[in-house]
Amino acid sequence: MTAAPTPGALRLAEHRFFVGAPSGLADRLEPLAVERSYAFGDTLVREGDIADRFVLIYEGKVALEIVLPDRPSVTIQTLGGGDVLGWSWLVPPPEWWLDARAVKRTRTLELPAGPLRAALDAHPDDGYAFLLRLLPVVAQRLDHTRLQLMDLHGR
Amino acid sequence: MAARSLPPAAEEMPSPWAPVPFRVAQRTAETSDTVTLVLTPARDAPEFPFAPGQFNMLYAFGVGEAAISISGDPAAPGSLVHTVRTAGKVSGALAAAGPGTIVGVRGPYGSAWPLAAAEGKDVVLVAGGLGLPPLRPALYTMLADRGKFGRIEVIYGARTPKDLVFYRQVQEWRARTDLRFQTTVDAADRSWYGDVGLVTARVPDLRVDPANTVAFLCGPEVMLKFTVQALVAKGMTEDQVYVSLERNMKCAIGLCGHCQLGPEFVCRDGPVFRYSDVRRYLTVREL
Repeated sequence: MTAAPTPGALRLAEHRFFVGAPSGLADRLEPLAVERSYAFGDTLVREGDIADRFVLIYEGKVALEIVLPDRPSVTIQTLGGGDVLGWSWLVPPPEWWLDARAVKRTRTLELPAGPLRAALDAHPDDGYAFLLRLLPVVAQRLDHTRLQLMDLHGR
Repeated sequence: MAARSLPPAAEEMPSPWAPVPFRVAQRTAETSDTVTLVLTPARDAPEFPFAPGQFNMLYAFGVGEAAISISGDPAAPGSLVHTVRTAGKVSGALAAAGPGTIVGVRGPYGSAWPLAAAEGKDVVLVAGGLGLPPLRPALYTMLADRGKFGRIEVIYGARTPKDLVFYRQVQEWRARTDLRFQTTVDAADRSWYGDVGLVTARVPDLRVDPANTVAFLCGPEVMLKFTVQALVAKGMTEDQVYVSLERNMKCAIGLCGHCQLGPEFVCRDGPVFRYSDVRRYLTVREL
């Protein structure tokens, strides 16, 4: 992983997560953002580690994996450009519940959890708007998980 | 009084119930439970023209008949191609039929993908599981006349990488530059570098003009419902979406009623329907 902040290369406001958000929300959070680049095989987050950031994926592909004892890891979902990774930083205890691994070269902007929470706490309107953007992501992942559990393509 | 033309004698009329014998010329295992059969006429017979999306009733002699979509190229009507998954006795017998086996064929039946209506537009094909075979003839046709269509996007979902059918051909399609073919599976191990997740998750990334797009969907009905929702969220309307439905077909000619869906007979009026025409029936329980 390369922590290579290159201001101006990626912008929060251009990410799908912020499309339609109240004016200025992305701009106010922009100073927190750190641009990162991951090569194939790099681990973004690891199960059990502290969930310390919110990751917005701009390009590439990230596999979310569950590690099983004595069995190969299972990929349960892949994320790509326009997707976001992680709400674990909002849910106590703030730790990652799965691994995230780059399976293509991946570029992200990442917001550190502490400063992000502080910013949203300080401006409740921004906090509410942010959660209104995040909740549909959570709901969609839940819907998809339910459908995957139904094993639609099975016998 | 003008003489009224009389129907031909009964013995001259082809019986809708009589299967035509075809011989299994080739059997290819697609997955652990799915095979593709290439059938050729067992007797001298004219070519077997069909439209993409239509199906045949395949007869495993001594076992029974099943409705199976045609998965071959409409431009090659000299042989019939069917992809069969073992789901019961009849499909199991068909899937087990080796080269030389005689099977009966009635058809082709049903409605087709509206390719003429798709000309000049972007086209999205979404297939889930064994939904790809009924869509393959449409893809063959579009690729053979590529200039008539706008962008072509295919999203194909399966349970695992081992459940993907037409695997080699899918790799060829994925390598083409004149269509975008995405595959996704419900779960995979680390040897799979493709997408994992539902086909609906790929819809937001479609590179099409929603106002000028037609979508053809085939797969489990729950998948159809959520895919339509995702397409509508993308900016399409339900009348731009066509679905292929599956019901318990017996006669295949709109007589027996086994496949009735509200006022529609899936065998005769379908299996391809405009989604806005049938959506209200798909939420009726027990229908």
